[in-house]
Amino acid sequence: MKRHHAIVRITHWVNAIALTIMVGSGLRIFNAYPSFARKGGTFCCYPFAGKPIPANLTFGGWLAGARNWHFAMMWVLVINGLVYLAFIYLHGEWRDLVPRRGIVRDIREMLKFYLTIRKDHPRQGKHNALQRMAYFAMPIVGVLAVVTGIAIWKPVELAPLTNLMGGYVWARYWHFWTMLLLVALTIAHIFMVFTVDPYSIPSMITGRYREDLSPEARNARPFIHLLPRDE
Amino acid sequence: MSDPFELRDRPRIRELTHLAERAGIDRRRFLAATGGALGAMVLAACDSMGPRSATSLLKFAERKNESIERLLLRHTSMDAPPAGAKPAGSHFPSYFVSDSVPVWDEAARGAWHLEVGGLVSKPVQLSLADLAALPRVGYKLDHFCVEGWTAVATRTGVRLSDIARFVGAQPTAQYVDFQSFDSDYHESWDIESAMHPQTLVVYAQDGHYLNAAWGAPARIYSPTKLGYKNTKYLTRITFMPTRNGGYWSDRGYEWYGGV
Repeated sequence: MKRHHAIVRITHWVNAIALTIMVGSGLRIFNAYPSFARKGGTFCCYPFAGKPIPANLTFGGWLAGARNWHFAMMWVLVINGLVYLAFIYLHGEWRDLVPRRGIVRDIREMLKFYLTIRKDHPRQGKHNALQRMAYFAMPIVGVLAVVTGIAIWKPVELAPLTNLMGGYVWARYWHFWTMLLLVALTIAHIFMVFTVDPYSIPSMITGRYREDLSPEARNARPFIHLLPRDE
Repeated sequence: MSDPFELRDRPRIRELTHLAERAGIDRRRFLAATGGALGAMVLAACDSMGPRSATSLLKFAERKNESIERLLLRHTSMDAPPAGAKPAGSHFPSYFVSDSVPVWDEAARGAWHLEVGGLVSKPVQLSLADLAALPRVGYKLDHFCVEGWTAVATRTGVRLSDIARFVGAQPTAQYVDFQSFDSDYHESWDIESAMHPQTLVVYAQDGHYLNAAWGAPARIYSPTKLGYKNTKYLTRITFMPTRNGGYWSDRGYEWYGGV
């Protein structure tokens, strides 16, 4: 069964590469001043001030290299994101991604199932309730990452935007947090793909998905019922 | 009768095994080596400058970003630090590229003066007293460093646009270069940023004439440019038809460096 349109598949992998480079180069830029306080001031809310990110989690080699990558790749990230959002809006895929009525109950049931309080996999459509929320949150956090990024790129020319976030220092802090959220969502996504539905990996490449191997059909939790059922 | 199932290619396998063994490679080592190589490939991408072939693409993006930054520049968008932002005071960082703090050697080089020339109708040499006699402006301004930190200070000096009028800068002057006596440090700017009302030839910070750490006797400062574009230890301002790079711009940082 066809699961992902070619545009979704292409934008997914372009996004994976662009986001990786954005995070790596962003962390390298951060390492030039791994703190948030204004000089001569203090900052309330970052306990790791002055501690750089391990170099092998960064990309760009040095500050200028990382900046050049960051300010080039941002266009790939933004244009690719806009293509994706425009497509899922026009083609209707957004219906599989926005929260629907009863989402709170559906999330509760999914969590119960993962915590083995509930035995059978809740009924779902293309995505379960947790996936739906994750894939809904991802573009929103992505947009926030871009907007906070623009605010620290142009704090004078676009001062109203930067002031909206509490000024440059806070905009930089929010940019850092949106990055952390994106990384957390991505790690959770990759973990669940490999431990619950590895059969979805080919579907993001060829587009085809076997419904008889879906987590619902296998009654799969992380690491449990990874193999197809024998019946 | 010979055995019909005799394995005639066995010696070859043995030979291969032998080769591998001779090289000191057993299966465990082979797996470790393969895994290590793959791991190294992934790690090689980390903390690296990325593929060389990307350089021209990165340059292309920098040029496109510059045209966008030029479009965004407004002489009406003025920097104003948040009300609660504390001035950095003595915590204001001091950067220079020479081995030690550059100090103008009056005994060897004569009295300091600022040369203003290039595409101007009357080039001048301004002493510190001349500068102080020109219309004085002061702003409490943010300083945005390329490294990501920010600091607040009150900058006092003369608008560069006033000096440009004073010397009669010509319309063909599309760029301005700021030369220093901090080794060969200089940075060139687009004329639009140079003529921003908050672009000042600064001779005082926080109410005192500049000290050596902060660029005495005079420096250029504008909140519309990242710190490294703002030459300290100023000696010469040159109005030019073309740009001529800069100390950090020639070493990989963006030439425009707008804020």
